[in-house]
Amino acid sequence: MMSKRQKRFVLIGTVLIVIAAVVGLVLNAFQSNLVFFFTPTQVFKGEAPKSSAFRIGGMVKAGSLVQRDMTHEFIVTDNEQEVAVSFTGLLPDLFKEGRGVVAQGKLDASGHFVASEVLAKHDENYMPPEAKAAMDEAAMRKAAKTVRP
Amino acid sequence: MLVELGHFALILSLLVAITQGVLPLAGVLKSNALWQSTARPLALLQWSLVAFAFAVLEVAFLQSDFSVVYVSEHSNSLLPWPYKMAALWGGHEGSLLLWVFLLGVWSSAVAMFSKTLAQDMVARVLSVMGMISSGFLLFILTTSNPFLRLLPAASEGQDLNPLLQDPGLVIHPPMLYMGYVGMSVAFAFAIAALMAGRLDTVWARWSRPWTLVAWTFLTFGIGLGSWWAYYELGWGGWWFWDPVENASLMPWLVATALIHSLMVTEKRGSFKAWTVLLAIAAFSLSLLGTFLVRSGVLTSVHAFASDPARGIFILVFLALVVGSSLTLFAWRAPTVSLGSPMGLLSRETFLLANSVLLSTATLAVLLGTLYPLIIDALKLGKLSVGPPYFNVVFAPLMVPVIFMMVPGALARWRQAQWSQIKPFLILPFFAATIFSLGLSLWMGHQDAGILLGFWLGAWVAFASFQQIAWRAKQGLRMSGSFLGMQLAHLGLAVVVLGVTGVKNFEIERDVRMGVGDQVTLAQYHFKLIGVKEVRGPNYKALRAQVDVTKGESESVIKTLAPEKRYYLSSTMPMTEASIDSGFMQDLYVSLGDVLNGDTPQWSMRVYYKPFVPWLWAGVLLMVLGGLLASFDKRYRAPILSGDKEEGADQSLGRESSHNGDSLPVASTPLA
Repeated sequence: MMSKRQKRFVLIGTVLIVIAAVVGLVLNAFQSNLVFFFTPTQVFKGEAPKSSAFRIGGMVKAGSLVQRDMTHEFIVTDNEQEVAVSFTGLLPDLFKEGRGVVAQGKLDASGHFVASEVLAKHDENYMPPEAKAAMDEAAMRKAAKTVRP
Repeated sequence: MLVELGHFALILSLLVAITQGVLPLAGVLKSNALWQSTARPLALLQWSLVAFAFAVLEVAFLQSDFSVVYVSEHSNSLLPWPYKMAALWGGHEGSLLLWVFLLGVWSSAVAMFSKTLAQDMVARVLSVMGMISSGFLLFILTTSNPFLRLLPAASEGQDLNPLLQDPGLVIHPPMLYMGYVGMSVAFAFAIAALMAGRLDTVWARWSRPWTLVAWTFLTFGIGLGSWWAYYELGWGGWWFWDPVENASLMPWLVATALIHSLMVTEKRGSFKAWTVLLAIAAFSLSLLGTFLVRSGVLTSVHAFASDPARGIFILVFLALVVGSSLTLFAWRAPTVSLGSPMGLLSRETFLLANSVLLSTATLAVLLGTLYPLIIDALKLGKLSVGPPYFNVVFAPLMVPVIFMMVPGALARWRQAQWSQIKPFLILPFFAATIFSLGLSLWMGHQDAGILLGFWLGAWVAFASFQQIAWRAKQGLRMSGSFLGMQLAHLGLAVVVLGVTGVKNFEIERDVRMGVGDQVTLAQYHFKLIGVKEVRGPNYKALRAQVDVTKGESESVIKTLAPEKRYYLSSTMPMTEASIDSGFMQDLYVSLGDVLNGDTPQWSMRVYYKPFVPWLWAGVLLMVLGGLLASFDKRYRAPILSGDKEEGADQSLGRESSHNGDSLPVASTPLA
């Protein structure tokens, strides 16, 4: 039988140990699993990681989709720069030329983006926010350029 | 005209809800019995008004009244009628109306089944629920009114998102919402008890059945959502660690901790402050879930709203609820006693450890869910937290939780003796070891993770079997609480076995197939027989026929018919997977695109998914367990203060102690 003080001590001790263990676990797992997002322009400028996975987003360029067997090749654009993407597997229902897309994968040696996953969400009129952000940023840069004399 | 009446009823219900939030509580403060007594009729009146508004909107949907904006945006005259009805909660406005409607159901249930509860407590509880209801009604009326008219009326509706045209959608949101909203009852009881300064065993006992029912609905709702994603999204995944899924998992984890902590508070008078905190957290996380899912900050099939005013309203509401309840907690909690002493080896210890672990897991999930949103809000860039993070963090936390479920259910309150627990651990230990070795050998692949997963599932399952069998052999009566607990634990064990199996042994293959082609997964051969065009009520479809044979045998054991649907009102195709469920596995085929070539070929996704049916079976067992426990007779018995029910314990060694529904101990003598 424990006294109140002992009980409180065990309680606080347990909580602290669990918290410490979890904080370690979480931070460790967190670092290795954060997937950053880059626009085609950023990829073009070489800001994207060369060896680790990341996400790109933008518009699937109209007329760019080529299908060879189970591999799909298409171009993702923010209307400023373009990135060639290849993906092997079944594309989601909402994947379409001229629509927004977000893909996760890595750059290969030639600067080609090899996607392991293509994310197109669930509504036909829906634009992934990452893709929208990429398009908007590029559009703003363009507008800024034209305004400047 | 009817639609305007519905709108009017909703406005009236807001006025009633505000009165319900203020008058009974004022009655408590002023010791005015008359004011207090208005709580029940006001709650019932408010619910009737909301129910009327709800019914009006349903009628508008059934009649395809496209002069209502909301109906025209989410329905279509060609839609089959069950989907017309379900389309009511297929959008933002309607789903909030469903939320308030269900809140009314819970409030009214509290009003009707609280005859033995002191009047001032009823007044407090229903006042708190009235305040919550006012907040949501105000939200609906100011930002998300489903009764707005469209002039001129649309000639045809825009149709329900094809993904949502599914039996799963008809019941998934109401079930999940019943769970979310049900947490408001546990919350209201906790707040009422804090206000009254009466955090006693009576409060805990009152909260328990309500919290159990809410937990049961939440479990069922999450299970349905997972099942729906599995067969409807066509990717064969059943859990994606999507923020929307996390939003429902977090309240579930906390609610699970809460139902166990409430038990300690009721039986031993301990952990009161912790229990209150869990009740506040469970409801706050339900609100957070609603905020995340409905505000448009997340993007998924669930996110309808894109109006920032809505997101801000819910966020402010959430801040108010959390802020005021935590303030109340900070003010009152120091007066709460620590409760009875407990031994290091006691049921309290196991329950406390598990509820701390569950809360920790909740925090880890919360971090992974909110971090990208915070980074984005601070304009620090866009990123996402990958599913591996959740797997890596969640699984290690659940290992001790699942392990301790067995000794936790066996140990006695206060002070357990190792010698009494031990005999009940030996059999599950060895049975689980043999079972997990055998199963992984039979599945043809072993590693430490697989063995551990199978072992933990089997450990809990065998312990449940043994404890039930022991009680049956002793000729002891088994209460609903006892059987419910064992069934729910067994259900979780089955889910653990299922998750371990499907995660480690599934085979997924994307292939290109022409007519007559065959692909083999495990020992199953899938042969494409043909693809033809078919018509549905509001769509056209391509339907493939895939015959499945097993091993050497030539006979077709199953014909699968995956479809690619093209809805008339939408340009978006829909993949309808075809699934054959057996006891041990699912065979899953979905149809992709036509591939160009000399002869037509299709891309197809062919999956062998062992143990998937176990996931659903496990969830159903948990639901059954939750129901059995909720409707235990003793919750219906009148409560006397200082009531130490289940006093006549027949424990393991047959000596008397305060054993509660601990096992192996006969339960309530009240029956």
